[in-house]
Parts: sequence; C-alpha cells; structure tokens
Amino acid sequence: MLQVKNVSFAADGKQIIRNISFTLDDGKFLIITGPNGGGKSTLARLIMGIEKPDSGQIILNGEDITDLSITQRANKGIGYAFQQPPRFKGLTVKDLLSLAHGSKLPDNKCCDYLTKVGLCSKDYLNRQADASLSGGEIKRIEIAMLMSRNLNLAIYDEPEAGIDLWSFSMLVNSFKSISNQHKSVILISHQERIIQLADEIVVIADGEITMQGSKDEIFPKLTGDLSGCDLKPEGSELSWIK
Amino acid sequence: MDKITTHMLNEVADLHSIPTGAYNIRLNGKSEQRNSTENITILTKKDKPGIDIIIKPNTKNESVHIPVVLTETGLDEVVYNHFEVGDNSDVLIVAGCGIHNPGSSKSEHDGIHTFHIGKNSKVRYIEKHYGEGDGSGEKVLNPTTEVEMEEGSYCEMELTQIKGVDSTIRKTTASLKSGAKLVVNEKLMTHGKQIAHSDIIINLDGEGSSAQIISRSVAKDASVQVFHPIAVGNTNCKAHIQCDAIIMDKAKVSSIPEIAANDADAQIIHEAAIGRINNDQLIKLQTFGLEEEEAENVIVKGFLQ
Repeated sequence: MLQVKNVSFAADGKQIIRNISFTLDDGKFLIITGPNGGGKSTLARLIMGIEKPDSGQIILNGEDITDLSITQRANKGIGYAFQQPPRFKGLTVKDLLSLAHGSKLPDNKCCDYLTKVGLCSKDYLNRQADASLSGGEIKRIEIAMLMSRNLNLAIYDEPEAGIDLWSFSMLVNSFKSISNQHKSVILISHQERIIQLADEIVVIADGEITMQGSKDEIFPKLTGDLSGCDLKPEGSELSWIK
Repeated sequence: MDKITTHMLNEVADLHSIPTGAYNIRLNGKSEQRNSTENITILTKKDKPGIDIIIKPNTKNESVHIPVVLTETGLDEVVYNHFEVGDNSDVLIVAGCGIHNPGSSKSEHDGIHTFHIGKNSKVRYIEKHYGEGDGSGEKVLNPTTEVEMEEGSYCEMELTQIKGVDSTIRKTTASLKSGAKLVVNEKLMTHGKQIAHSDIIINLDGEGSSAQIISRSVAKDASVQVFHPIAVGNTNCKAHIQCDAIIMDKAKVSSIPEIAANDADAQIIHEAAIGRINNDQLIKLQTFGLEEEEAENVIVKGFLQ
C-alpha cells in the first residue's frame, strides 16, 4: 500500500506540488491525469525518489520512505518508466531488460516482454539502445523494462506518448493484464482507453488534486462538463483547456 | 610460463592456453614460443628486433597470435613486426601487449606494425593493451600501425586499451587502393594521471575505397586524452569518423577533427562528442536498484563494449 501524505514540492521558486495526499491499496490500478504542466510527472518522480519533497511523507507498506534514495526505493519494489527515456550507447536491448529484471533474462523471456509492447522481438534483442532507435521504439522498450519486473508499485509516465496507433491497441491489452506482474500500478495518461482501465482516478491540475475517486465516479466527469477546469474529448485523447 | 605471464596473456590476447595455428609469444624481450603453419610462416628479422609474418595467398580461416608480455621492470624495447598477407586470404591476427611492472623503473614497449594486405584479402586485427603492477614504475606503450591495402581488400581493426597504461602515443596510418575498405574500432579508458594520444591518418587513394573510424573513450580522474583523426579523400571515396568520449572527474579530452577532400566525389564526414555521463542514464539504472557507482560502471562498460 502506498500513502502520499501532504506532499509539497517547489523548484526554481515555483510551487509545483501543493499538499497532495492519496492512498493506493495493493491490487489497485490508479490513473493520474490532468493538464500538461500540472505536476503529474513531478509527483511520480517524488514517489520514485528522484526528487525529494519539501514537506509531507511517502509511506510504502507502512514504512516511511520519504528519505530513502532512488536505489533503496527500487529495492523496496518501486519502478518507474520515464516519459522520455534515456538512450544508452553500447548497451543492447537485451542488456537493459536483464538490468531491469535484476538478473540475466533468457532470450525467450526478453522476447515475451518486447512482444507485449508491439516490437518484433528478434529484430531488437541485440540492437543497441542508442540514437539508432526511434522515439517510439525506445519508449516501448522502456515500458517492456518495467513490465519485466515484479514490483510492489509500478509507475508508468504517459506510456502512450510517441506510440503509433497500431501498437497502442496492443499496449492497452498489455496493461489490462499488468496487475499479474505488479501489486499496484500508477499510470499517468491522457488517453481515454487507458483511463478506462483504472480502478481509481486522480486528477491533478496546477499542483493540486482537483478530483479523486473510483473510475465509475470520476471518468464520466472527465468527458463531461466540469467546473474550474474545462475538459473536452478530442479524438481519443482528453484535451485540457485552462 | 608462470602465473603472471599466463594472466597477462589472458588479458591481452584472451589466451588461456597455447593457441592453435601460428603464434609467436614474446616475453621480456625474447621470443618465448613460436609456431609456423603450412600457410603462415613466422621469421625473425635479421636487421632489427621483430618478426615477419608471411601469409600465403588463399589462406582462409586461419589465425596468428603474436602477444607481447613484459613482466620485468626497466625494460625498454622497440619491436618491428611486418605482416605480408597474400591475395584472397581471410585471417585473424591477434596482437596485444601487457606490461606487469613490479618495480620503480619505467617499462616501455614500442610496437611498430606494418601490414601489406593483398588483393581481395580480409584481415581482422585485434590489439589489446593492458598494464598492471604494484611498483611506481611507469608502463608505457607506443604502438605504430601502418596499413597498405590493395584493391578489394578489407581490414577490420579493434584497438583497445582499457586499463593500467600510464602513457601511450598511438599512431595509425593507412592507404587504401580501389575498392578497399578499412574499419577501425578504437576503445580507450584512462585513469589516474595517464596520458593517451591517438593520431590516425587515412589516405583514400583508390576509386570506391571507404573507411569507418569509430573511437570511444572514457577519461577518468586527472587523465588526458587527445584524438587527432585525419581522413583524406583523393578520389571517389567515402569516410566516416566518429569520436565519442565520456569525461569524468578532472580529466581532459581533446578531439581534433581534420578531413580533406581532394576530389569532388569524395564524401568525408567527421562527428565528435565529449560529455559527462547523462544524469538520466544514471537515474534510470538507479531505478533498477543499482547504486550510483554501479550504474556508472555499467554505463562505462557498455560504452566501451
């Protein structure tokens, strides 16, 4: 279980996260959504330990992890798929999958994870994870790396960004079964089809939670008329207009 | 051979036992063991220290190992090795030099390697340099490599210096005739106060010749690296030079590009980049449970792979 208690964070004189609190029980799939620049990714980075909050607490399974490093949190079973993953000259896709998994993964297992994200695995195993991969390819490999881990909490930051439509359907199907791999999931997304997978939804705008609750309660409001934050559906992606 | 020599041979030539095929193992200034084969003859030079390696035309899928090991302090040698590769051959040449310097005097090995690669021949050349030893004596390796490539020949050179060499001045020159192709992969890591210079001059003289030089290096501590690759296109040819360096601590790295086209159909490209380890790469690996130092090692090892 993850508890985020009264967390605030500022950078460069700007308040990015304002007193955010929520709880995520084991076995739950939480979607965080909201306008760009609202603080979603920063919240994910605070949970992973990449940033440290100015105040508040982050508690995992009853243990206060607020002061733990990224490595310590990773060893407690938290993982994070970046919105914009880095590339690695010289390391192959297979190397990275094994590093993510924590031990050497056999080829057939690597292939299973790559297939889940719509990559023809044989073509990719020995490819270097460098600039020769497109943005969409490196993004899918990033998602596959997190899927290869058994985690207490997996955080996916806009996994759909840069993914083509054909692969997107496959990705949605993979996320449907992701709870087999992770105890609980936080997924940041703007995509209706992904948001519909949620057990619970948190909406963050301007560093604050503006709505939170079950999918059945919150989802209709996201596609309807809202006070304080206008939302309108545009294609399959929610368009947030301040 | 004692344990140190065996260990050094493993480091510089991946040798766990006496190799198959032709070989010459040079230990502390003398030829320790040698074997010629039907197609590959190794002869001692008469006018200066070193050996001639004569590979008959049409020799296919054979190898030559010529590792050099220095385990005594204070040795200083210049060795001349010439490779004559006959036409239509396909061979692997493994060189490499390791210095184990236990004392306080400088140990130096300057290997001058010349190659004449016959028409339509294919050569893969692997050269590793390594230094170690508890003494304060410097370990110095100054390799010079001169390659002359005939029509349609192919040469792939893997030049690696990963650890323990205090000072190196590496000079590589090549001239390519029509249709010849040269690929050089250079990997270098320096630490402490080590100094490494690498000068490469490629002359593309023949129609349709091509060269690809990829240099990857990591400079740690207060070490200094200087790269000066030069590609000269004298006809319809292609060359691509790529120098990438990771700089850490108080190290210094210079990359001096020089390309020249003496013909309108020459296509010569040079790319160079020097920078720290990307912070996102470190964070990414830390999210897998690696400590910062472990993450750094994984990135460096991968970069030099």
